[in-house]
Amino acid sequence: MKHQHKQECQELLGSISDYVDGALQEDLCRELERHLAGCEDCRVVVDTLKKTIELYHREAAQDVPADVRQRLFKRLDLDDLLHPAR
Amino acid sequence: MMVENIPVEISIKALKAGDRAEFARLVDLASAPIYRLGLKMLGHPQDAEDVLQNTFLKAFQSLPNFEGRSTPLTWLYRIAVNEALMLIRRRRPQVEIAEESQDESDGLPAPVQLTDWCCLPESDFLSAEARQALDAAILALPEKLRATFVLRDIEGLSIHDTSDAFGLSKTAVKTRLFRARFRLREQLSTYFGDRLEEERAK
Repeated sequence: MKHQHKQECQELLGSISDYVDGALQEDLCRELERHLAGCEDCRVVVDTLKKTIELYHREAAQDVPADVRQRLFKRLDLDDLLHPAR
Repeated sequence: MMVENIPVEISIKALKAGDRAEFARLVDLASAPIYRLGLKMLGHPQDAEDVLQNTFLKAFQSLPNFEGRSTPLTWLYRIAVNEALMLIRRRRPQVEIAEESQDESDGLPAPVQLTDWCCLPESDFLSAEARQALDAAILALPEKLRATFVLRDIEGLSIHDTSDAFGLSKTAVKTRLFRARFRLREQLSTYFGDRLEEERAK
C-alpha cells in the first residue's frame, strides 16, 4: 500500500508547480487536492514550495542604488535627463 | 508585482525616432528589474552594474531592429538575460557543460526534505543570514533555471512574457520553472529546517 501511495505522490509532483500558480486544470486540481487532504508529505511540499516563491518574490522591492543609477545615465549620455530618484 | 509598474505608454515610435527623453524614461522604469536580474544571476553588485549598463547600451544600438512584437520591457529582459549568461560563461567556461546536461535531464527527482518550516517566526525569514541562504541557493542553480526563476517568480512576469523573453515555448519555460522551484525548495528546507530545530531546542 505504501509503495502505491508514493507512486501517486510522484505522479502528482509534476502538477504542483502549476497548482501553486493557480494554473492547473480543474479536474487535475480536484485530484491533487483530494490527495493533499490525505498526504502530509505532499501538503508540506506544496506549502514550503509556496513559501519559497513568496520569500524570493519579496526581493523584487530592491531598487537601483543612487550611484549606480547616476553612472548608468552618464554611460548612456543621458546625464541631462537624470531626474531625482523616484 | 513590479511588471505592472511599467506603463504601456512608453512610445516605441518615439524610441525608434531617437527621442532621448523617451529612452531616459524607459531607463528609469526598467533599470530596477534589470539590475535585480543581474544581481541574482551573478551575485555581485559590480557584475549587476555591468549587466545593467550593457543592456541599455545594446538596447539603444539595436533600437532600429526592435519590431515592437514584445513589450519594451520583455525586449530588455531578453537582452539582459543574454548579457548575464555571457558574463557567466566568460568566467566559468568549464562549468557550463556539466550544467547543461543537468538542466535538460528528464524526470523530476522526488522531494527529499519534508520538514514543514512555514511556521517559523517572521524574524527567521528576514535575518541577514536567511538572505544569504536565499542568495546562495539561487546561485547554486544552473544558470538557465536561475534566469527563468528570476523573471517569473522574483519579477513576476507571466509565463507568456517569460517564454517571450527567452524565445522558448511555454512548456519549456514551465519545465525549467518547476525544476528551479523544486531545487530551491530543497535548499531552503535544509536551511530553514535547521532553524526550526533550533527554535524547538529553545
